[in-house]
This record gives sequence, C-alpha cells and structure tokens, in this order.
Amino acid sequence: MEQIIIKPKKIFSWNDFKEVWQYRELLYFFAWRELKVRYKQTAIGISWAIFQPFVTMVVFSIFFGGLIKVPSDNIPYPIFVYVGLLIWQFFSASLSDASNSMVANQPIITKVYFPRLILPISTIITKFVDFAVSALILVGMMFYYHFTLHLVGMLILPLLILISFTAALGGGLILAAINVKYRDVRYVLPFFIQLLLYVTPVIYPASIAGKYSWILAINPMTGVIKAAQAAILGNAPINWLLLLISFTICLVILGSGVYIFKKTERFFADIL
Amino acid sequence: MSNQIIEVKNIGKKYNIAHQRGKYIALRDVLTNILKSPFHFLVKKTKAIAGLASKEEFWALKNVSFTVERGEVIGIIGRNGAGKSTLLKILSQITPPTEGEIILNGRVGSLLEVGTGFHPELTGRENIFLNGAILGMTRKEIARKFDQIVEFSGVEKFLDTPVKYYSSGMSVRLAFSVAAHLEPDILIIDEVLAVGDAEFQKKCLGKMDEITKKEGRTVLFVSHNIDAVKSLCTKTMLLDKGEIKIFGPTEKVVEYYFNKINTLNSITTYDEEKNNDAQINKISILNSQERPAAQIGINEPFYIEVEYEIKNPIGQAVLSLEIYSITGELLLFTTENDKTGELRKYETGKYHARIVIPSFLFNVGNYYFNASVVNPNVEYFDLKRNINFEILNIDNNKNKILKGNNWGKIATMLDYSVKKIS
Repeated sequence: MEQIIIKPKKIFSWNDFKEVWQYRELLYFFAWRELKVRYKQTAIGISWAIFQPFVTMVVFSIFFGGLIKVPSDNIPYPIFVYVGLLIWQFFSASLSDASNSMVANQPIITKVYFPRLILPISTIITKFVDFAVSALILVGMMFYYHFTLHLVGMLILPLLILISFTAALGGGLILAAINVKYRDVRYVLPFFIQLLLYVTPVIYPASIAGKYSWILAINPMTGVIKAAQAAILGNAPINWLLLLISFTICLVILGSGVYIFKKTERFFADIL
Repeated sequence: MSNQIIEVKNIGKKYNIAHQRGKYIALRDVLTNILKSPFHFLVKKTKAIAGLASKEEFWALKNVSFTVERGEVIGIIGRNGAGKSTLLKILSQITPPTEGEIILNGRVGSLLEVGTGFHPELTGRENIFLNGAILGMTRKEIARKFDQIVEFSGVEKFLDTPVKYYSSGMSVRLAFSVAAHLEPDILIIDEVLAVGDAEFQKKCLGKMDEITKKEGRTVLFVSHNIDAVKSLCTKTMLLDKGEIKIFGPTEKVVEYYFNKINTLNSITTYDEEKNNDAQINKISILNSQERPAAQIGINEPFYIEVEYEIKNPIGQAVLSLEIYSITGELLLFTTENDKTGELRKYETGKYHARIVIPSFLFNVGNYYFNASVVNPNVEYFDLKRNINFEILNIDNNKNKILKGNNWGKIATMLDYSVKKIS
C-alpha cells in the first residue's frame, strides 16, 4: 500500500525530481493540449508558426540587410538572420510562455496537486514543435542559397537546442515565481525580451562588436546563436570555449531557477 | 496493518492576511507606495525587522487531529472560513501545512471543483482524456473507462463537439462523470453538488452512494448541503474557526450545528490582539427595529454596525465591507467613500460606523461578509472575516411569481415601463 506523508514542506528533495518523472504522462497531456488547441485549425496554426519568423526575416532583410547594410560575414543576409531568428524565437517564446505558465494555469494549480515544474517544461516542449515547423523554411532556404549541412553541424544542433532549452527553462522558472507574486510583471516582460534581442547577435554578426564582443558573451544565447551560424553557414569555426561558457551560464541559471521556483512553489496555491 | 487510512496529527495552517482571497500585490503599487511615503515605508520596515510590526497572519487551521478508518464516509461542515477548504487543500497536497503531519495510506483523488482543466476549444472526447490525466488517471485507465464515463454523462452525441458549445449543464455532467470514475483509495469532494440540475444532482448522489457503499472507498465530503451530508455520511466533523468543534455520528453533529446556527450571535466582539494601526472591536447586525439579529426578512432594511479604533494615524484608508454569497462569490465590495471616490485620512480615535443595507438588495439565502479598514490593493490595517447573516423569505412577491424559487443573489426590484404599443 502506497503511503503518503504530508508535512510542512522543505525546499528541496530528490523526490521532487522523481515525481516529475512519475507525472510524465501529465506533462505529455499538457503539451498535447496546447498543441491541439493551437493546431486545431490546422491551416492557421501551422502557417502562423511559419509566418512569424518568415515575415520577421523578410522585414529584417529589407531594412537591416538591404537598406542599412548590416554586415553578415559575407553570407546572404536573409539566411544569416533566419538562423539567428529561428533559435531566438524558440528561446524568447519559451521564456515568455514559461513565465506565464503558472498564472495562466491558475484554476488547475489551485484545485489539483501535481508537481508544478511540469507546467513550464510542457510549455517549452510545445515551443519546440513550433521551432521544428519553422525550421522547414530554413531547409528551403539552404537549398536556395546552396548551403549544405556538415556532419558536425548536424550533431551540434541538438546540443544547441538543449542549451536554449536550459536557458529558457531557467529564466522562465525565475520569472514564473516572480510573476505569481507580482502580477504586473508580465506586462513589462515583453519589453525586456525585446531588448534582449538587440544584445544578441541575431540581426548583426558578433564580429561587429570587435574587441567588445566579450560583453555579448555574457548573454548565453550569444554562444548558441553564433555556434548555430557557424555550424549551418560555416562563416566561422565553432567557438567551443564560448559555447562551453554559454552552457555553464545556462546551467547556473537553471539551477537558480529551480531553486527559486521550488522555494516559492509551496505558496503558489495560496497566492494565486 | 491497521485499518486507519488517514491520520492527521496537529495540523495547522497559517495564512498571511495580505494573501487572502487572491488579493495579489502589484509591483507597481509597492513601488509607488515606497516613493509616495518613503518615511512610512521605512518605519514599517524597521518595525518589521525589530519584530514590532503588526503580524498580519491568521490561522486558518489550528491543532486539527483526527483519524479516518478505511471505508468511512466523513462529512465536513462548518461556516464559511471555518477551514473546511483549507483542510481539503492540505489533504490533497495543493498547499502544505504550516505545522503537523498527515499520514495517508493510499492514493488520494480530489474533486475540489468539477471541470478543472476543461479546455473550451477541445472536444468532449479530448477533454475527458485531459481532465482524467489532470485528476491523476493514466491514459490506459481513462481508455478503459471511457465508455462508462460517456454513458454516465449522457453527452454521447456531442463527444466530438468542442466543449465551448456545450451548455453549462452538459459540461458539468461530463466533468462529474470523469471525476466519478476516478478510483483513488481516498476521494475528496468539495461542493460538487452545488451545480447541475436537480435530476443530475440526484444521479450524482446516487453515484456517490455507490462509490462509498458498494466499492467501500473512503470519502471526505465537504458540503453546505446538509441533506446530502445526512444521507451520505456516517460520521461528520464540524469545523469552527479552524478547529474541530465536534466530530462524531452525523445525526448528532448536524443537530448541534443547527442549534448553534439558531442561537447564532449577531454581535461579534474581538479581543484586542495585535499592535495594528487599526483595530475593529465589534461588528453587529441589527434588524430594522435595531435589535440584534442574524436573520433578516427580505422586506426590511437592516444595519451593519462596526466599532473600530485607529491607534496610529493612517494616511489613506477606508472602512469597507466585502459581502459574499455562501458559495464564496464576492457579490459586493463597498467602502465608506464610494460616493466621493477618495480615501480618508484617519486620525487616532474611536469610530462607529453604521451601514444601511436596503430591503430587497440580497435575495433569500445565506451570506457572509468581511469588514476591514483597508487601503485597497495596498494594505489591510485590520480585517475581520466571515460574519454570517441570512435573508428570510418574508412578504416577497417575486417569490410568488417564481413559484417558490429564489433565483439569483440580488433581489433589487427594477422599474419596468411596459406599454402596449399596438
């Protein structure tokens, strides 16, 4: 017979992580729900996932690439910016939706028990599907501009996605916890995410910053996006050190995210 | 192995008053408050650090201990705010206790509100799976019981229609069916029967009877529906102000409860407790003859009187009442300065307020209210909760039209100018 003991909660225990695993089916259902709802009207759902990065790419190409002539390491600007955008949008959409995941699911949180961690995680999984759909355009663009993917490139992509996932989850957990307490934070969030885009080498190559490029390196997404550009476009060798730094920073963010989230988690149902 | 399935030892739950009833803090308000009156903020902070600040906390549950045997059906009754929901929330692990320990020998399924997690865009079929998963069923389990669930709900024809096109009755039926087919060892149920039409309610009661009697499952059942408690529960617990008042055979407890309600005092006095800036000392409900009464005819106006003391000057505050229906819906948030729209600058001293509640404002039924001295959205200087009153059906013509029903919570009579135009 299964025995459950309820006590005033400690912040952490390994059981919490085991529990997330036990509830993986619910994790799947949450992700499934979101996808189902979004892709319900199939045409609109899929075309929106494609439309958004595509139009952004077109606009950026016209203004930054065409008119302002932002350098792109001698790579056609549209494909250069699209590689960055693809990863950036996965990251930013994951971050903002994960931050809102607690407040958005308030009715469930206040009524039913499950490890709260699975909400932000499932949100990001959904974003991954969008990412995969919009990656199709990249494949088309690679044919058009005659780029071929090297083996290293193929192998490194999952790693890059993993790092972005870590960063978005870590940041999302911190913000989700703050969001529960201060409900107006979510209104300023889009603004900050927008700002973050400009300190990430998406619309311009990192090389543009010259000797100040180390500042960009603090932003973990810099390493990821640079590596993605290097792997897919071959404009520079992959900077493994930078990538390692990014990964480490992401892990630290994730660690503190989980800590802060778990610390406030026990009050979620009381505050929400 | 002992036959005890639930063992609750000295459970207590402390809430921060600011966190009550979902009044969240806006960062914007916190910041503007600091900027507006930095001095006041500093004083508060230093007080807080020195441990002198008013402790804005209250115990929703205190020293609650009891045991439940396997197969027992326990009713939990009590006034609003007595701690019933808090107890269920702790038992279903939604919120942790502040102190104490609970040992559960089995899987818990809670049914705190039917339809949790229903998504309007998804079809009935999809929602059955989703809702089942949220309530803790595995996919296999749901698939196995799918036909039973559908049959019980009676919405076969609309299975592939998005739930947003369902009538509210249909979605409630579907939701209850999913929940009723949960098979936990301990089932926790809160106010399920407050919804749905009479016929379906009967069906639900029947199903619950079946769950408890035939399948021998342990059930904790919170309800305001005393009749339902009487017919389902062998033992009942009466909670009052976070403590167990009496726990025993249902008949005895219900009788005690009714006696208590009848002699229910309409005057509540509060001991001076904390070093608050404000202190509400006394709240009385008076009928139109100015006599204390907690039961008022719908045809007469009545008065709520609040006596309170301001101990330190408060820059911005108002006296306010929050009036709730018995099901916990906020019906009216009223303050002393609703007409001017300005907060009052309170000087130290004693105050007496009388609020007139007009006749035919609230419909026949039970209500409760909280009284507070408050700067809304920013700070409670004092908050007293859960004063009950009941509106009785006296000289009520609408009731005749509605053939004895009391639909709606508000009874205000509106002017109709009806003309025959052709």
